[in-house]
Amino acid sequence: MKRRWTLYDPRLAWMLVAPVLLLLIFFLILPIAVMAGYTFFTFVTAGVETSALTTANWHEFLTDSYYSGFLLKTLRVGAITALLCGVLGYFPAYFIWATTFRHKWLLLLLLIVPFWISFTIRTFSWINILGEQGVINVALLKMGIIHEPLQMLYNEGAVILGMLHFLLPYMILNVYVSLESIDRTLISAARSMGCTSAQAFREVTLPLSLPGLAAGLLLCFVLAAGSYVTPQLLGSGRDALFGNLIYDTIMGELNWPMGATLSIVLFIVLGFFAAVYTRYMGMSQIVKGLGG
Amino acid sequence: MKLTTTKRLERLHDRYANGDLSRRTFLTLTAAAAASAGLSMPWMGRALAAVQEVRFDGWGGTVQDAIDKFAFQPYTGKTKIKVVQGTFGDEDEIITKIKTAKPGDYQVIHSSGVNYYIKYVNAGLTSEINEANIPNMANVLQPMIEPFRKLTPKLSAVPYDYGTTGIAYNTKVISPEEAKEKGAALLLDKKYAGKVGGYSDMTTRVWYAALATGQDPNNLKDMDAIWAKVRETRDLAKKFWSSGAELMDLLSKGEIVVTDAWSGRVAALQDQGHPIGYLDPSGSYAWMEDMLILKGSPMAECEELINFMLDPATSIAVAEGQSYPPSLDPTKVKLTEKIEKLPAFDKTGTMKSLTFADPTYWATNEDAWTKQWNRISKGA
Repeated sequence: MKRRWTLYDPRLAWMLVAPVLLLLIFFLILPIAVMAGYTFFTFVTAGVETSALTTANWHEFLTDSYYSGFLLKTLRVGAITALLCGVLGYFPAYFIWATTFRHKWLLLLLLIVPFWISFTIRTFSWINILGEQGVINVALLKMGIIHEPLQMLYNEGAVILGMLHFLLPYMILNVYVSLESIDRTLISAARSMGCTSAQAFREVTLPLSLPGLAAGLLLCFVLAAGSYVTPQLLGSGRDALFGNLIYDTIMGELNWPMGATLSIVLFIVLGFFAAVYTRYMGMSQIVKGLGG
Repeated sequence: MKLTTTKRLERLHDRYANGDLSRRTFLTLTAAAAASAGLSMPWMGRALAAVQEVRFDGWGGTVQDAIDKFAFQPYTGKTKIKVVQGTFGDEDEIITKIKTAKPGDYQVIHSSGVNYYIKYVNAGLTSEINEANIPNMANVLQPMIEPFRKLTPKLSAVPYDYGTTGIAYNTKVISPEEAKEKGAALLLDKKYAGKVGGYSDMTTRVWYAALATGQDPNNLKDMDAIWAKVRETRDLAKKFWSSGAELMDLLSKGEIVVTDAWSGRVAALQDQGHPIGYLDPSGSYAWMEDMLILKGSPMAECEELINFMLDPATSIAVAEGQSYPPSLDPTKVKLTEKIEKLPAFDKTGTMKSLTFADPTYWATNEDAWTKQWNRISKGA
C-alpha cells in the first residue's frame, strides 16, 4: 500500500524547510566558507591576490599586537555601549509596560519611528547637534555659558552616543517583550504577601525580565562591536573599531586575504559570545524581541 | 563604429543588389543570420541589442554636477544614450566594487591618474581604446598622455583634467600673509591644534610630510622622518576628511580652519561666498584625472562619449563648472580667461611647472606605505 502523507511527516517538514535551508547555505554558509578560504590566499599587491595557499595572514594577525589591541578596544566599546543601553533602555521599557495609557501602541510606534529614517542620516544628524556650529554649542555660546565651543564631536564619547541612538530601540523592545510575558498576578501576589512596590520589582519583575535584558545586551553588544559607520562619521581615526580596520584593509589597501582574515576573526569572536549566551539562555528571547 | 544587426543585413543586401555577392552566397549568409537569430539565447538578444545607456562613476559633488550638466545631458540629447551615474568618495572603494562585479557592470570611471591606472592594469581591469574613434584626443596635452602610454601602449584611459592639492585656510582666522609665509607648515602649526584637517589619503599625507621635511616627494630618503611628521599632523588634526563633500562641510562650518584641499572644491566654496583662501606651496601635490574605460564595456559608445567630452566646447564648459583646468593643450585650443585663472593652470602646455607623483616610484611603495598610514591614522 502506498504510504500517505501525514501532518507531521518528516518528508513534509524537510520540504517546507528546504527553501530556507538552501537560502542559508547559499547566502550565509557558502559566503562565509569562501571568505574563510580567502584567508589562506596570498596577497601580491593592491587588488591582486593568488590562490597559492599560505598561513601568512593568520600569522600576521596572531603575532601583531596592533590587531589584538583593536579587537580588545572594540570589545570594550561594545560592552560599554551595551551596558549603557541596558541602563537607559530598561526604564522606558518598564514605563511602556506598566503604563495604563490607553494608546500604548503609540508609545511602541514612537520606538519604531527612527527606523523609518536612514541610519546614515540619523548618524549625520549628531554632527549638527554636537559640532562646533551645532545646536548645543551655539545655544551655550549665545547664553554666555561658554566662551569656546565644547569639543563634543570626533571622540569616543560621540561614537558611543551615536551607537546608543541606534541601538536603544533594540534594547527597549527586548526588555518590553520580556516584561509583557510576566504574569501580572505574580506581582499582585507579592504585594498581597507584604512586599513593597520596590521589593516586588526587585524580587519578581526584575528577575523575570532578565532574559529580555540579557538578550538586549547581547544584541547591542554584537551590533556595536560590529559597527563601522558610526565610528567613521562621529569619531576620529583613533576611535575606529575593528569594522573600520576590516574596511580599510579591504577597501583602502585592497588586501582581500588579510581583510577576510580580520572578518573571520570578528565573526568567530562575536559568534563565541552569541554561543555562550545561547548555551545558557537560548535564542528564543532574542527572536521574540526582534519580532516585537 | 559598431554595426547593428539590421545595418549588417542591409549592407549584405546592398552588396547582393550591386552584384558583389552571388545569389548562393547571399542566401547562405542570410540563412546563417536567420539561424543565429532563431537559435540565439535570451542573453544574446540583450548583448546584441543597441546600447541604450553607459555607466559612469565619478567623485560626485560639484565636479560631477558640472560633468553631468555640460557633458552628459547634451550627449544624451544628441545620441539618446543615457549616462547612468554613480559616485564614490575613495577610488579604492570603486575598485573593490568593480572586482566583485561582472565585466561591463561598471564602464567609465573618472579615475585619479596614473597612480590608480597601475592598479587597474595590475588587476586586469583595463580595456584597449581605439584612438581613431576619439579624434578629439589630438587636442589633449601630450605630457599628460605619455605616462599612461608608458604603462600600456594601447590606452585604456584618456586624461581629462588636472589640479593640485594645496592649502586651504579660513581667512577670518588666518591672514593671506601668514598663509603665504608659512605655506605647508601651516598644517603643523601648534597654534591651530584641533582645527587642522587633511585628506585621509596616504599619498597626500606622505607628500606633505615630504615637503615639511624638505625631501623630494618622488625620492624619499628618510621614511622615519616622514612618518614622524605624519603623526605630528595627525595629533594636531581634528578630522581627516575622506570626500570632497566632507571637506567642504568641515571648512564651511568652521570645524577646521586649515587643511590640504583640492583646488576645485575650494574654488566652489569661494564661489559660494565662504571666507576661504587657497595657496599652492612650493612643490604642491599635482594630480591629473582621466576617463578610464573598463574591460567589458561597450567600447564604441564609451569612446563616442569620451570624444564628446573632449570636444573643446564641452571640455571648456565642464572645466569652468568644476573649476579644474581641462586636459586640452592651451597651445592648440583657445581656452577662456576663467580657466587661465584657475589654480594649477599651466599655460605652456608642458606641465613642467607642476610636480606630479612618479607613478613607478609610488607604485613600488604603495602597499607598505598605505598599510603604515592606515595604522598611524588610527593612533598607532
